[in-house]
Amino acid sequence: MQEVDHLVKMANQIAENFSFHDDAVERITDHLRKFWAPSMREKLIDFKQGESDELKPALREAINRLENT
Amino acid sequence: MFQSTHDDMGTPAPLRIGGLVSLTVDGREVTVPENSSVMRAAALAGVKVPKLCATDSLDAFGSCRVCLVEIEGRKGFPASCTTTVEDDMVVSTRSDRLDDLRRNVIELYVSDHPLDCVTCSANGDCELQDVAESLGVENSRYGLGGESHRGADKDTSNPYFTFDPSQCIVCYRCVRACDDIQGTFALTVDGRGFASKVTSGQLENFMESDCVSCGACVDHCPTEALMEKSVIEQGLPERSVTTTCAYCGVGCSFNAELKGDTVLRMTPDKNGQANEGHACIKGRFAFGYATHQDRITKPMIRDSIDDPWREVSWQEAFDYTATRLRAIQDKYGANSIGGITSSRCTNEETYLVQKMVRAAFGNNNVDTCARVCHSPTGYGLKTTLGESAGTQAFNSVAQADVVMVMGANPSDAHPVFASRLKHRLREGARLIVVDPRRIDLVNSPHIRADHHLALRPGSNVAFINAMAHVVVTEGLDNREFIDQRCENEAWLKWRDFISGEQNSPESTERITGIPASELRAAARLFAEAPNAAIYYGLGVSEHSQGSTTVMGIANLAMATGNLGREGVGVNPLRGQNNVQGSCDMGSFPHELPGYRHISDPAVRNLFENEWNVQLLPEPGLRIPNMFDASIGGHFKGLYVQGEDVAQSDPNTHHVEKAMRSLECLVVQDLFLNETARFAHVFLPGSSFLEKNGTFTNAERRISMVRKAIKPLAGMEDWEVTMALSEAMGYPMNYSHPAEIMDEIARLTPTFAGVSYAKLDRLGSIQWPCNDEAPEGTPTMHVDEFVRGKGYFAITGFVPTDERATRKYPLLMTTGRILSQYNVGAQTRRTANSEFYSEDVLEIHPFDAEERGICEGDWCGVASRAGETVLRAVITERVQPGVVYTTFHFPSSGANVITTDNSDWATNCPEYKVTAVQVTHVTEPSRWQKEYREFASRQEQLLDKARA
Repeated sequence: MQEVDHLVKMANQIAENFSFHDDAVERITDHLRKFWAPSMREKLIDFKQGESDELKPALREAINRLENT
Repeated sequence: MFQSTHDDMGTPAPLRIGGLVSLTVDGREVTVPENSSVMRAAALAGVKVPKLCATDSLDAFGSCRVCLVEIEGRKGFPASCTTTVEDDMVVSTRSDRLDDLRRNVIELYVSDHPLDCVTCSANGDCELQDVAESLGVENSRYGLGGESHRGADKDTSNPYFTFDPSQCIVCYRCVRACDDIQGTFALTVDGRGFASKVTSGQLENFMESDCVSCGACVDHCPTEALMEKSVIEQGLPERSVTTTCAYCGVGCSFNAELKGDTVLRMTPDKNGQANEGHACIKGRFAFGYATHQDRITKPMIRDSIDDPWREVSWQEAFDYTATRLRAIQDKYGANSIGGITSSRCTNEETYLVQKMVRAAFGNNNVDTCARVCHSPTGYGLKTTLGESAGTQAFNSVAQADVVMVMGANPSDAHPVFASRLKHRLREGARLIVVDPRRIDLVNSPHIRADHHLALRPGSNVAFINAMAHVVVTEGLDNREFIDQRCENEAWLKWRDFISGEQNSPESTERITGIPASELRAAARLFAEAPNAAIYYGLGVSEHSQGSTTVMGIANLAMATGNLGREGVGVNPLRGQNNVQGSCDMGSFPHELPGYRHISDPAVRNLFENEWNVQLLPEPGLRIPNMFDASIGGHFKGLYVQGEDVAQSDPNTHHVEKAMRSLECLVVQDLFLNETARFAHVFLPGSSFLEKNGTFTNAERRISMVRKAIKPLAGMEDWEVTMALSEAMGYPMNYSHPAEIMDEIARLTPTFAGVSYAKLDRLGSIQWPCNDEAPEGTPTMHVDEFVRGKGYFAITGFVPTDERATRKYPLLMTTGRILSQYNVGAQTRRTANSEFYSEDVLEIHPFDAEERGICEGDWCGVASRAGETVLRAVITERVQPGVVYTTFHFPSSGANVITTDNSDWATNCPEYKVTAVQVTHVTEPSRWQKEYREFASRQEQLLDKARA
């Protein structure tokens, strides 16, 4: 599995585990900021820009937030 | 022979302490707690009563008839060990009549005891000899002829100690120690009267019996009957250094007893607060690795892993390493290197490694092996309770009424705690075991779990939610505790969530495999107990939802009000001795020491001022991320202290690829371990016997590690890191680890009151230790949680991707065995391998029969990640559909099979759930063949350096 595939898998896991919360997007964003190295976040942002449908919707929104801050 | 610092009081302190009682012993007035024995009162008055069967770690037995006394107003000569003190009692311990009686008893003993004191290995350390000498007994009027036990065969089957029945006086101390302290019940006295003989098991020798080699019988033997082979061969020790065990997270205190510079034995320290004089086979006997011939004591370097090693000076090794790491950073960027700290190293060492990475490497790419074991504990407990640590002291279990053990096997992995637990269970506490496998605690001598909830691997969250569901929906929650101690809004949300039908035992039964009625009964038992405690291990954390389960455990404890006092709590049983400490010391890439996030400017500023360097505000890479980045081509240099990721981390193919992708791998270790085979620099490590420092155990107890012998390679590990940092251009100037601890205390609020001087004075300290708690904190969250109000976290169940399929129909889970420790680097180099010499695959008879597999057959075990071959052990310990193995031997390749699935929050690998197929095979796997070839080639490259 490629590095980015791992990152996508992990990020989707995070999204799924926060899906029980009303503020899931905020929690995903916060988690990625607190625990992921910037290089990992950047790879995720790059991946999202590729318009893949592998990202869960809440994760996609969280990545948007990471991108814009 | 050195003198023990511990005075034996003869009998234990009374359990129920009420008022005080004043009495006179040999004319000395003494006041003692009521229910004390006369023997103990005498000892406290400074009067030593002769004794043989009594010792203060065992309840009084009253069999030897040596400790007789006279008491005014009483007839006869009561045994002082079994007689309780009374007010105004007047006791005489010496008189002609008493001495006559004692002499008679001793002569009877001596009549059936070899009179070989001069040549006996216990000469000078024998209580029979001491008593005989004190009474002037040199011979026996009963003669030495006739029938006797003097010619009885010696049992030398155990690799560490012998049992010589001819030396035995049948005082029962060994039997009582095995029963009352260890809780194994392996020994008994066979026969009656003169024919009485201590025996192991059913007249078996020690190795064939249930004996677990904890050494308690040897410790308690008053003669040479049970004696360490090392002492028999080399004589009694001459000096002793009190230190802390280097194995599991119990963190036992030991006396390293030496003759010259040779450690002869490790004896458990009666004053040790974690172990109170008890030990297990690993800490007690398996220390020989420290001087094993495989130790590498000279630094080595090589340009490529295909080159032979070259022994060099320390300075050349440091310069070479620094040059290569800096060259990598120049080429690939500052973030292209990192470091891994170890839970086998001291607090001071891990603190220095993370400091070097942050300050000298200039990034936050530091992680620790706790990543792959208890990182979910850190996340889960910090989120819910506010602190990344267990809540209790070990002795808290003595107050528990119900104990739930989940995903832990303390009899094998934390044996000294298991003995405490078993003691409490024998007193009547109830037990719930939650484990896919029937661990020893489920049914062992005088222990039977009320419930063994044999859940399916991967269903922990569904289980813990169902427990909480029963508590909440049946009105078993502790509303007063919740109202006072927990966040109301979070509670209400969680209550609604957990009450949902999806969390009912009836709904989760299809996921967990636990019958709903039994889960409901277990939940009621737990919730209705005055004190209910949860102990858990890696069977909780090493899952894709490890963090969620930890939060679920904390939720259950809060909902039932089982936090903030003795006898309750959430207790992670840490795998290695310094898992807690390595996490405390800022080994995670996102946290500075004391679990403070690197993005906090105030915290960062504190460290920047102390370290005189600017720190990056963003988290660095975690271990799995480092491996991915290595294969990805942008992480190229790694410093690994005291870890063996190539054996211990999951998906070996992936890890090996990552190792091969590094341009400079620096390994600091005792041995050329599996990781070191991929290394370019080898820096010799120092064992726990060779250095000073501290370990922090699973109960947050900081204990001293004291140097017993000089470091074999000339440098202690903290000195090596310091020198490497200097070569990297960031000098550190410590002359002793005490100074490192002083710096930690200056920078870390929970350690603010810790110093070596205080540790020496108190023996050990449980953090937090600061102005509010100057002598430490045995129980956490007493009046309020560290985060203020407790937080009920929503713990929705998300099934793991790793599911049984037609191709991989079985679920494999992993664990440990008593005699081996983790990757086995230490224990495999001791006689412990006589107890367990290879990893095996446990498989249920149904699954074995379906595959045509017989006991001892070679089994191919294949998963999505890889394939290996293990020998089959057919057992009903595992349930149908589940197989189990250990991971102590590198050639077994257990982690060739485990996948890179990991906990969603922390990346902790999902070791405990791997879908596999098992088939009957006749030869090793391809990986095993390649491994043997590679290992052999690397050994040759090492031999060239040594030649």
